[in-house]
Amino acid sequence: MMDRPIRVLVAKPGLDGHDRGAKIVARALRDAGMEVIYTGLRQTPEQIVRAAVEEDVDAIGISILSGAHNTILPRISALLREQGMEDVLLVVGGIIPGEDIPRLKEGGVAEIFQPGVSTSIIVEFIRAHVRSHAPAPESGH
Amino acid sequence: MGEMAKLAENSREPRHAMVDRQVSAAEVEWQKTVLKPALDRSPERQQGFTTTSGVPIERLYTPADLADFDYERDLGDPGEFPYTRGIHPTMYRGKLWTMRQFSGFGTPEDTNQRLNYLLSQGQTGLSIAFDLPTLMGYDGDHPLAEGEVGKCGVAVSSLADMETLLRGLPLERVSVSMTINSPAAILWAMYLVAAEKSGADWKKLSGTLQNDILKEYIAQKEYIFPPAPSMRLVVESIVFAARETPRWNPISISGYHIREAGATAVQELAFTLRDGIEYAEWLLRAGLAVDEFAPRLSFFFNSHNDLFEEAAKFRAARKVWAQVMRDRFGAKDPRSWRCRFHAQTAGCSLTAQQPYNNVVRTAIQALAAVLGGAQSLHTNSLDEAWSLPTEEAATLALRTQQVLAHESGLAETADPLAGSYLVEKLTLETERACYEYFEKIDAMGGMVAAIEKGFPQREIHEAAYSYQRAIERKEKIIVGVNDFVADEERPIETLAIDEGAAAAQKRKLHELRERRDGARVQTALEALASAAASTQNLMPYILNCVRSYATLGEMCGVLRNVFGTYEEPAFR
Repeated sequence: MMDRPIRVLVAKPGLDGHDRGAKIVARALRDAGMEVIYTGLRQTPEQIVRAAVEEDVDAIGISILSGAHNTILPRISALLREQGMEDVLLVVGGIIPGEDIPRLKEGGVAEIFQPGVSTSIIVEFIRAHVRSHAPAPESGH
Repeated sequence: MGEMAKLAENSREPRHAMVDRQVSAAEVEWQKTVLKPALDRSPERQQGFTTTSGVPIERLYTPADLADFDYERDLGDPGEFPYTRGIHPTMYRGKLWTMRQFSGFGTPEDTNQRLNYLLSQGQTGLSIAFDLPTLMGYDGDHPLAEGEVGKCGVAVSSLADMETLLRGLPLERVSVSMTINSPAAILWAMYLVAAEKSGADWKKLSGTLQNDILKEYIAQKEYIFPPAPSMRLVVESIVFAARETPRWNPISISGYHIREAGATAVQELAFTLRDGIEYAEWLLRAGLAVDEFAPRLSFFFNSHNDLFEEAAKFRAARKVWAQVMRDRFGAKDPRSWRCRFHAQTAGCSLTAQQPYNNVVRTAIQALAAVLGGAQSLHTNSLDEAWSLPTEEAATLALRTQQVLAHESGLAETADPLAGSYLVEKLTLETERACYEYFEKIDAMGGMVAAIEKGFPQREIHEAAYSYQRAIERKEKIIVGVNDFVADEERPIETLAIDEGAAAAQKRKLHELRERRDGARVQTALEALASAAASTQNLMPYILNCVRSYATLGEMCGVLRNVFGTYEEPAFR
């Protein structure tokens, strides 16, 4: 577990198609040596969490610009808890009004990256906070 | 090589060698006796300089850069081919550009109120933003609409919503633009029926339907159906407009979203105009003559930060389009040659950090659009990297245009930048680079084929990534973001969209479905389905559905069944 690269699911939930940010972040994470799975557009929270389970990712990066974050993000967090995947790092980038941030963080979002943030900050944050950087427990497989 | 230089190289592979710069003896002397000692004393700030799009900018432009330049051929007077100096002989002395602020949020009631407010503040045209469920052809009560109703624009699911949205607006006097693409024909039909019911004559309606599906596949990705049936809907709505609504622009061929997705100025221009060529080719195949539809094609461009690059882009747009229409399509009517365009300042240039800086950026971008001869303009609000604009922020954005129009002296003469060695050189270079892209896309078999290969999508992604890297390496400075960063950011007030909008829309849809004549709706939808499976023009069938109060989601559902849906392949 310690040796493999960090695996990140980059996902765009909701009906919005603006994927410039998601694609740039996906590429920057790849350039930083991570394995990135990009879901493509218009994924439901259920599809995103299913993909996260199937791909056994360490982190999920959600791009959301449409204003639907207060509906979509709590549902993704809840589904992750249902799957026992609270240890998967959930980060978000996009247009998120400041007053919504505390509530989203309480709900399980580890970090919210505002417009203008450098991709290197996103890379560093993921490296510092994913579970694969904690000492790996002994496991049977 | 720096990212910006790489970007420049990508976007400017020369088709044929540029004419050598014939430096005058006087300039050689200046270089030796004036320039060199100055550079020895104090070198320049950096090795090389580039535009926002990465095009190299030289220290100095002189007549030597325009050795090949011909006033009559390259510019012409305003109102004359090739319209580089503007499409009207008197430009803004005759009529100022239309100040058209894009707005829409919440319920039709909410947006109707904002539209009336903007008119009362001196705005001269209207522009409606729809929410994502509407853009994607879902009713407000569809499960996929959850959390999105009224968020990015106004929710409109039926004729009843459209009637509420337009209530009290003087539709025969004010032009109305609607930003809607995949389901454009349906929303337009709702508009036409609502206008008719309010007593307005279709022949007197003026406005614009965005209706540009190609740029959705290229950049904004709000598509529903595959390219061929989508193009059919566009073609049929343009054919209908040519007969029924002589003052309406049935399409606004848009570079705005291409630029927002990260394209360079040249890519924005080239892909947009090549989209225009594609529509023209499809319309000719549908049996229209070029001069029947070309006068009603309109365009929509982005106005970004780099003042001279943007002004040159707008000037080149008019020149290239005039040449394309006259020489490639053989259009005879001068109205077919004129590239009429709306401009919007660059949303992607707005920063969440130090948001008041955005007022300054927007003013510069608006200046570029006016120097470039735009017919109408939207200026963004300072708070849009955070949320949809508050009324106060939207008013300030409108005031920015009013100051430019009435206090700056900008509108008093046509094409004030003409004759600038720099701007003329940039205009020529932009034109040349645009034709290079045309050649590549023509060789691929046209724009639909290029999109299916992922060509424009890849070009834009490369440019977007290079630009991002240039910012992260500080090759480009964004004030407040990668330099001049504030120790502490003061939060600004933002607009919160009432979650009540979704509930209100759900309730109204429920009531509508109870109230309307269900059998009539069913018959109309079935007729639409069989027409969609044939080759008939769908507009009369859509209008019939709309009159029966069939909903947007119901009509799109029928078309999804017949046409199928589109998902973008993963391009590597």
